[in-house]
Amino acid sequence: MPDSVTDFDPTLIAFVCNWCTYTAADLAGTARLAYPQNVRLIRVMCTGMVDPQFVLKAFLEGADGVLISGCHPGDCHYINGNYKARRRVKLLRELLTHFSIAPQRLRLTWIGASDGIQFAEVMQRLVNDLKALGPQGVASEHASWRPQNRRLQRDAIGSGSEVIGRKP
Amino acid sequence: MKTTAYFSVEDNDYLSAFDSLGRRLLELALVDALLAPCYQAECDWVMPTLICDPEAVCGLDPLSPIYPLNGARHAARLSRTPPGGRVAAFMRPCEVRAFVELVKLKQGDPASLFIISADCLGAVENRTARTAGGRRDRSYTATFIQEALTSGDSGELEMLAPACKVCEHPTAEMADLTIGLLGVDLDNRLLVEARSEKGGALLNALALPSTEAPKDRSKAIEKLIRARTAARDAMFAATRAATGDLSRLADYLATCVNCYNCRVACPVCYCRTCVFTTDVFDHPSAQYLGWARRRGAIRMPTDTLFYHLTRLAHVSTACVGCGQCSNACPNEIPLMELFRTVALCTQTGFDYEAGRHLDEPPPLSTFAAEEFADVVGLGD
Ligand code: SF4
Ligand code: SF4
Ligand code: FES
Repeated sequence: MPDSVTDFDPTLIAFVCNWCTYTAADLAGTARLAYPQNVRLIRVMCTGMVDPQFVLKAFLEGADGVLISGCHPGDCHYINGNYKARRRVKLLRELLTHFSIAPQRLRLTWIGASDGIQFAEVMQRLVNDLKALGPQGVASEHASWRPQNRRLQRDAIGSGSEVIGRKP
Repeated sequence: MKTTAYFSVEDNDYLSAFDSLGRRLLELALVDALLAPCYQAECDWVMPTLICDPEAVCGLDPLSPIYPLNGARHAARLSRTPPGGRVAAFMRPCEVRAFVELVKLKQGDPASLFIISADCLGAVENRTARTAGGRRDRSYTATFIQEALTSGDSGELEMLAPACKVCEHPTAEMADLTIGLLGVDLDNRLLVEARSEKGGALLNALALPSTEAPKDRSKAIEKLIRARTAARDAMFAATRAATGDLSRLADYLATCVNCYNCRVACPVCYCRTCVFTTDVFDHPSAQYLGWARRRGAIRMPTDTLFYHLTRLAHVSTACVGCGQCSNACPNEIPLMELFRTVALCTQTGFDYEAGRHLDEPPPLSTFAAEEFADVVGLGD
């Protein structure tokens, strides 16, 4: 959806834990709290099941940002999944940095089941941050390969239309 | 406990001494089997060989520069479940370090193994060895060792595999016994050093005469490590420049055909079923046209970057830099360089070094309640 500040419309893929952040998202919905529609929620049973390759795939499909969000430390329903997720995020940020993808494009937050307001605020903040960072353009599997694809992609970004590698 | 001893070499033939040493281990019933690089019948190529019969000990050559595969896999295969005997495994330092990683990943068990590792002067890639003129038998090894030991300050031979030119681990700290070459006069003795209690016991049982390490030894080791470390850092810088973003990575991997040989050859890529060979990537045919329609064009095979990035995420923390990925690639993609360079970030990020010690848990197998606060939340 077009925004008044900029017409760059980032895609944020959010892996959210069923027990906490997803419930918070639901709560935000029932409370009719507005949050940007740039967010694509993917419900997982625990942040501990988000394999690094899910995150990499999201970026390679052209996502501008990825969020992993789950229960506060100590509250994970599978005891320590969120601690494992934190290590994976640490690992992925090292990897993203090597490949010149700003590590801030990958975020990890703890949002409890009753934190509907916080959920909406965090989503807004993340989308604003991604707008400030700009499109993550080049990092798409298909766009990376051929010079022609790279050019197509740059043109797409330049004209503000759909970025190659991103779902309409 | 004796920690340094020597094994006598007859007729200046230190390579044949390995046969004698192996036979002695079996004859004295100190071990039930040897696992060592060995020439196969008439073939002038070494492969890891499992030997139980002392009579069958011949053509052992743990010093051959031929390095067809990382033997850590086989050490793990022999120890993942109780092997029913003790095995003396001759491995290169990078095989030992890979084995340490596999043990930590519960793929092997050092309890029934005696790990014996000679100083490694480097190895050559299969394609180099295959195209070398003449026979690749012990005389090939002897020439190689001679040249490697005398190749001067650079310490480097052109023929070495790229991985070995940048390897700063010529000795195996985690072995039970090491065989010293650096700074040692090989004409009449092999230096044998115990690095563990188990190794010390084996050394005692072998009843070898004790000695002191020659005083030039540590200097020779340090010198080699210094040269290799400098080469390594130059390689890191070059690889960072060549792969610093996904477009450059795509250029770097342009000739990849998704054969996955690099994964098969990698000793620490240990999953029984790799996700890239499962149904997950068996896309319905129409999917490809769909992607191509939406993007204008797609490269076939697809998911090449995804494959390599996933492997980097899954195993770079365990990468020991053995170079077998590069050795296995039919298209000669410099994979070792990529993996080691990324591994530098991922391993130092966790203050970890693959293969360094059995007591250090792999970074992704452990966690603490309070750590890495900087990756949580919305701040920078
Ligand atoms: S990634 Fe390559 S260099 Fe690293 S351990 Fe695996 S095969 Fe060896
Ligand atoms: S071995 Fe080489 S061609 Fe095969 S998948 Fe690995 S990088 Fe690609
Ligand atoms: S159950 Fe919510 S993070 Fe594990």
